[in-house]
Amino acid sequence: MTLLDLARGPALEVAVAVFVFGVSWRLLSLLLLPWSHDKSIARAGAPPAFVGATRGFVRHLWPPKPFVRTFILVTLNGYVFHLGLVVIVFGLAQHILFLRGLFGVSWPNLPSGVIAVVSVITLASLIVALARRLTSPVLRLISTFDDYVSWFVTVLPVVTGLIAVSHLWAPYETLLAVHLLSVALLLIWFPFGKLMHGFLVFLTRSETGIFYSRRGAEI
Amino acid sequence: MPERETIGASLTRSGISRRALLKYTAYLASVMALPPSASKAMAEALAKARRQSVIWLSFQECTGCTESLTRSFSPTIEDMIFNMISLDYHETLQAVSGLAAEQARLTAMKENKGKYVVVVDGSVSIGDGGVYSTCAGKTNLEVLKETAENALALISVGTCAAFGGIPQAKPNPTGAVPVSEIVTDKPVINISGCPPIPEAMAGTIAYLVTFNKLPDLDHLNRPKAFFGDSIHDRCYRRPFYDKGLFAKRFDDEGARKGWCLYEVGCKGPVTYNACATLKWNGGVSFPIQSGHGCLGCSEPHFWDKGGFYNPLSTGTEVPTAIIGGAAAAGAALGVTSALLARRRKHQAAKESRS
Repeated sequence: MTLLDLARGPALEVAVAVFVFGVSWRLLSLLLLPWSHDKSIARAGAPPAFVGATRGFVRHLWPPKPFVRTFILVTLNGYVFHLGLVVIVFGLAQHILFLRGLFGVSWPNLPSGVIAVVSVITLASLIVALARRLTSPVLRLISTFDDYVSWFVTVLPVVTGLIAVSHLWAPYETLLAVHLLSVALLLIWFPFGKLMHGFLVFLTRSETGIFYSRRGAEI
Repeated sequence: MPERETIGASLTRSGISRRALLKYTAYLASVMALPPSASKAMAEALAKARRQSVIWLSFQECTGCTESLTRSFSPTIEDMIFNMISLDYHETLQAVSGLAAEQARLTAMKENKGKYVVVVDGSVSIGDGGVYSTCAGKTNLEVLKETAENALALISVGTCAAFGGIPQAKPNPTGAVPVSEIVTDKPVINISGCPPIPEAMAGTIAYLVTFNKLPDLDHLNRPKAFFGDSIHDRCYRRPFYDKGLFAKRFDDEGARKGWCLYEVGCKGPVTYNACATLKWNGGVSFPIQSGHGCLGCSEPHFWDKGGFYNPLSTGTEVPTAIIGGAAAAGAALGVTSALLARRRKHQAAKESRS
């Protein structure tokens, strides 16, 4: 069995299985927890929970006015690599084919050149994010092993993917295999680390929105 | 034994001029990326060389490799090969000769001990002692061991002989193995492909005869001159791949415009062969030019690497059962942990009330 056979076969199967197992475990164990009823009296004119949740989510998309100046670059950098990753994952033809193989749906791809440029920008943005984590005393203090591993498993597929499409340093089959293995690593880590925020961000921010809107607090 | 005639004498007898030989060696030197001076050296060496004794064994195969060579578009190529070599035994071509053919093999082995080249097409069955493929009452395994013992070198022609090929595909009922797994004490050159390109074979034999040494080989023992580049790197559709322009189906606009066939399963990026440069039928075309993706036939286990129409960036199998099982197991664990949490909460409430 070649490295590419391993990557396209057993490694990918195990990674997808761990990802699905982990995500369904974490989501269900969270959603089925006993909910505490909010016994506070709702503010007069408090919006319904759905509206409060949506407002909370939207409000968190940008820092509050007093913090805009401080956090503008950090926020923008976050958007750059998050949107970059979305464009890479859902825009490259090869990735669409991968997803079509799993879910049976596909959509038009973006030109490879566009993805290459986005990938370089995303990589630079992720490096900036790490540099900030390492240089900011507060951020470094609250950073854990999870933060660094999550960064590493996110960056690795971007780097290996860029090298694979550029056909640099090794035969394509080796580069593709290494890229697929790096994706397998990302999938395995995803449910158990902070990358799970890909799912949980919608829950946490909405819950916060409901909580504060019921009390009439501005966030 | 009578002294074998030189290739030069044989060519002259056949009415082939020195000029024609020079043109041929220039062609071979060029396809093998040899320096221009090699062409003249090859012509001179070939003219003086004795015709190489070759024993051709056909095992578990479809005869496509022999067909590829003997029925190639240009008659000059196989004529030249058969002028360069003395084909003392060919199981398929001599099938009607029966025992006389077998005797010819034994005679050639005796008279050219340590000097003859064995060409094999087809994989070797070793399951149940090799009984699944026999010839003249002997298993392929026995014939190969016997013939290879005093050979100078072996050439495995075609993917079956080189890597096991289709006979070795799962579940491999005959226990098929490549030649290199049986013969481990002699040089074995692999010229893979299903079938291999005639020029790759002609060029390798010419190189052996001319320089009396093995050509540069890759990690799978294939001549680098023919297997050094991937189909993808030499494909005329490569610019479309780089631009992200892909045919989605074999009958869509992209297919009609000649865009890259990656999405319809082309294995060109991981397949090493000279199809995109030498092409087939005298340089007329090759599979991708004809509108079909590369199957990767010159690579080991190409038959068992997932569907031919599955793109390379997808998994070889869609693990539906594994995904379903993992989702169910995850859900069960999630529900259980949530129920346990509810139970703990209920008990805590009960204790606080009492």
